[in-house]
Amino acid sequence: MKMIEVNNLKKSFGKLEVLRDINIDVHEQEVVCVIGPSGSGKSTLLRCMNLLEEPTDGNIYIEGDNLTAPDTNINELRQRLGMVFQQFNLFPHMTVMENVILGPKRLKGKSETEAKELGTQLLEKVGLVDKADVYPDNLSGGQKQRVAMARALAMEPHIMLFDEPTSALDPEMVGEVLQVMKDMAEEGMTMTIVTHEMGFAKEVADRVIFMDEGFIVEQGTPKELFDNPQNERTQAFLSKVL
Amino acid sequence: METINIILEGLPTLLKGMGVTIEVTVISLILAMFIGLVLGIFSITKSKILRTISIVFVDIIRGTPLLVQILFIYFGLPSVIDISLTAFAAGVIAITVNAAAYLVEIFRAGINSIDKGQMEAGRTIGFSYSQTMRLIILPQAVRRMIPAFVNQFIVSIKDTSLLSAIGLAELTLSGQSIYAANFHAFEILFAVGVLYFVIIYSLSLFSRWLERRLDVA
Repeated sequence: MKMIEVNNLKKSFGKLEVLRDINIDVHEQEVVCVIGPSGSGKSTLLRCMNLLEEPTDGNIYIEGDNLTAPDTNINELRQRLGMVFQQFNLFPHMTVMENVILGPKRLKGKSETEAKELGTQLLEKVGLVDKADVYPDNLSGGQKQRVAMARALAMEPHIMLFDEPTSALDPEMVGEVLQVMKDMAEEGMTMTIVTHEMGFAKEVADRVIFMDEGFIVEQGTPKELFDNPQNERTQAFLSKVL
Repeated sequence: METINIILEGLPTLLKGMGVTIEVTVISLILAMFIGLVLGIFSITKSKILRTISIVFVDIIRGTPLLVQILFIYFGLPSVIDISLTAFAAGVIAITVNAAAYLVEIFRAGINSIDKGQMEAGRTIGFSYSQTMRLIILPQAVRRMIPAFVNQFIVSIKDTSLLSAIGLAELTLSGQSIYAANFHAFEILFAVGVLYFVIIYSLSLFSRWLERRLDVA
């Protein structure tokens, strides 16, 4: 089943064309990594997938529902799409637990007890149950990002989107965040990940997409793309980052 | 001794006036906060019409003297449209509208000071724009706005003294009516000043306490 279907997507900011005719399908339980140089449009693509950016042209379907159709309830649809940001975007005025359970309580009508049960379970999963009553300012970057993942998972999404989740982290914290993502992938979560972590993409991705200048230049299994890239732009990019 | 007696004699009238001053201020500021919030949000929405409404309101009110606004509402409006306002009602309207214009800017700046990632994070979870505003943006923004709010509240309290011009028996006019009869302007105006100071200083103390209490996160 197609979880995400992107057809002829175009996005411009003023005169600047950031995405030019993008087509992607993401299937159930598939882990897709999007790589490419900065400015290639990969974050914009991801942000179009949950309508944080409005597409200029083209269509995006999430589990068959047209994202930009006027009768689509975007708030309901976004509940099925978890998102993790580069800058974490935790709510600083709430404790870790409050961050995680705000959505389930307010949007899914869970009682405080139910929500806390779920919250504890998710914080255990990301290894931060002892930080439940701490405010985000007192966490390291890696811990913040793990809370952000627990918060996204609390809505029981069908798809997870990651926008360079490790790019703002100190190097020693990257591993703990990637580990949680790996666990998620192993549990069968459908994931689309914009990343600079080539090692992670190689190991965890089912498919790697290389983007440059608003186009998908090349895509394939990690083995195909990393070991035997066909396009010379892919080759040039990989020779710089590997 | 004589001075104290003069003040004590005038005190019941002054306290009554102080009550009116507080009443006008409290009612006006509650209404002004509401209008300020709504127009503040208007000023940051995508809708050009709403933004224009907000900008025009702020520019007109900020661009004209409060005393003129007060006189306009009390004397000007009834001469063209068929309403008659009491001095109290006209005063509340004038102070409300005037304070609201400044509060719009405080709300706008406060909301804009919150990182836009917070709105995105809220929307991504599945909250609507207004839910995200209410649950995530405003609780953070309001904390930062408290000093600016208090500033505006203090200005508005003092502005109510201009309502003496339309005959509202608030604190200043109460003082004037006393020394017009007994000619002890020095003592009475000194007492009036002290009473304003008491109101304003209490508000300052309260806001400092509030800021400390909210400073947990």
